[in-house]
Amino acid sequence: MTAERPHLAVIGAGPAGLAATLAAARHGVRVTLVDSAPEAGGQFYRQPARELGARRPEALHHEWRTWERLRDGLRTHQQQGTVTHLTDHHVWLVEQHSGGFTVHALLGPEQTEPAEVRADAVLLATGGYEKVLPFPGWTLPGVVTAGGAQAMLKATLSVSGRTAVVAGTGPLLLPVATGLAAAGVRVAALVESADPRDFVRRSRALSAQPAKLAEGARYAAQLARHRVRTLIHHIVVEAHGTDRLEAVTVAALDGAGHVRPGTGRRIACDTLAVGHGMLPHTDLAQGLGCRIDGVAVHVDDEQRTDVPGVWAAGEATGIGGAALSLAEGHIAGRSIAARLRGVEPEPHGWAGAARARTGLRRFFATLDEIYAPPAHWAEQITDDTVVCRCEEVTGGAIREAVTGLGAGDQRTVKLLTRAGMGWCQGRMCGSAVAGLIGCPETAARRPFARPVPLGVLARAGETPAPEAEG
Amino acid sequence: MNPLELAQARPGPAFTVTLDGREIEALPGQTVAAALWTAGITSWRSTRGEGRPRGVFCGIGVCYDCLVTVNDRPIQRACLVPLRPGDAIRTQEGTGHDG
Repeated sequence: MTAERPHLAVIGAGPAGLAATLAAARHGVRVTLVDSAPEAGGQFYRQPARELGARRPEALHHEWRTWERLRDGLRTHQQQGTVTHLTDHHVWLVEQHSGGFTVHALLGPEQTEPAEVRADAVLLATGGYEKVLPFPGWTLPGVVTAGGAQAMLKATLSVSGRTAVVAGTGPLLLPVATGLAAAGVRVAALVESADPRDFVRRSRALSAQPAKLAEGARYAAQLARHRVRTLIHHIVVEAHGTDRLEAVTVAALDGAGHVRPGTGRRIACDTLAVGHGMLPHTDLAQGLGCRIDGVAVHVDDEQRTDVPGVWAAGEATGIGGAALSLAEGHIAGRSIAARLRGVEPEPHGWAGAARARTGLRRFFATLDEIYAPPAHWAEQITDDTVVCRCEEVTGGAIREAVTGLGAGDQRTVKLLTRAGMGWCQGRMCGSAVAGLIGCPETAARRPFARPVPLGVLARAGETPAPEAEG
Repeated sequence: MNPLELAQARPGPAFTVTLDGREIEALPGQTVAAALWTAGITSWRSTRGEGRPRGVFCGIGVCYDCLVTVNDRPIQRACLVPLRPGDAIRTQEGTGHDG
């Protein structure tokens, strides 16, 4: 019976992918959920490795009840045979052909063995990754992304030191600081660059989401309980150390966003968790030829991309957190279920999710304005600061390409300096390079979403892929 | 308080792996990066150009800064690869292919 159901491949088992999987499966679609992690949950609901035997994983999480609902729903559909969950599958390309789509993956963690999934439709719920803007010393061991510190804590129950500074900008810094503090790390300071006056100016827009404000208040109370010093309108100007991090210098910003001279102070720490917001993973969408607006995948009211048969939901379509991802995923799943049966969907069936989506998108657009990196952040990049971590290209080399050689876009800078040409393919330095050039940030075009062994590439598509067992 | 206590973890018995021949304890379910962090080690690679030390940066497999050689396989992301008893981890110099 299940063989007659239309088949959807969902890429990504975070909140958006799970919500879409459950909604589609409930409405008659057979779903193969393809994800790179050993457990479902994505980054937000990242689970400790099973072998660690965590009896209280909820201590590291927020919205645990929502996770239980998603997890139990997934389990039920797996038992009914309507959902197949493929773990440790790192998707590098989604290929469109006359009969539908082929999802090409590499099996983890080695990522040398290929796997393929055929489907009638695809939902891209590929999530996001963290943006970090460079400053002197940011390549020292002990400096990690804020999300990275949280991911290591949630998945492996490990921390990189005893004393941490959490810095940058954005709502993510709050759970990172409180999470590290709860796990026994002394958080010497939470350093947020946002201007408090921007919160006041936008208080009306913020108050439209009282649940989110209450969440913020809970974090503030936890920070107070752990005696975490919060420095608002401050930035880390330098990380110090020779072979590993020993301290950071923190300074205040003035009204125009410049560092206020004479305000620098040194804080000893062995860990700096730093982040300046998130960026959507758009590689698979770009490979399919989907329209990209700025840095995010463009979708319509049903979460459809402009490529027939391809939907997108969650952070890939714009950063907005787990609750927005759940709403978008649900709408996508309902739309897919209708369209795959050749039926026009009835949006009133997801009116609640659509209302939540509208409100949360508006709220996060306001947060984006408040938590924009300081206007003059690129001034922190000295000429000898490494900007491209992979190829070790300095700020000076990039400035020379721009001012001396006339490069006006990221691609030309890459060709002249190798910035963005290394292992990470510009994911870590792209924002910084755009900032140094003074051009708007755009999603880089990468033919594959991750490195692929040449042998796998040569054989891809040679043999008909068996359909995943459902 | 430490993270294992916070999550009330009851992992299986610890086992031994090596980093450049030196013995290190690891727990079942830990990645290479987690075991090294727990042993107080934060860098295990030197860069190709300047020979500078690197370790975990993004923690989710995106940045490729935490590259390491595991059981003679170079260019493994320490934040993704789970450890097994007896694994031989080697710090990676440059591309990892220099010997």
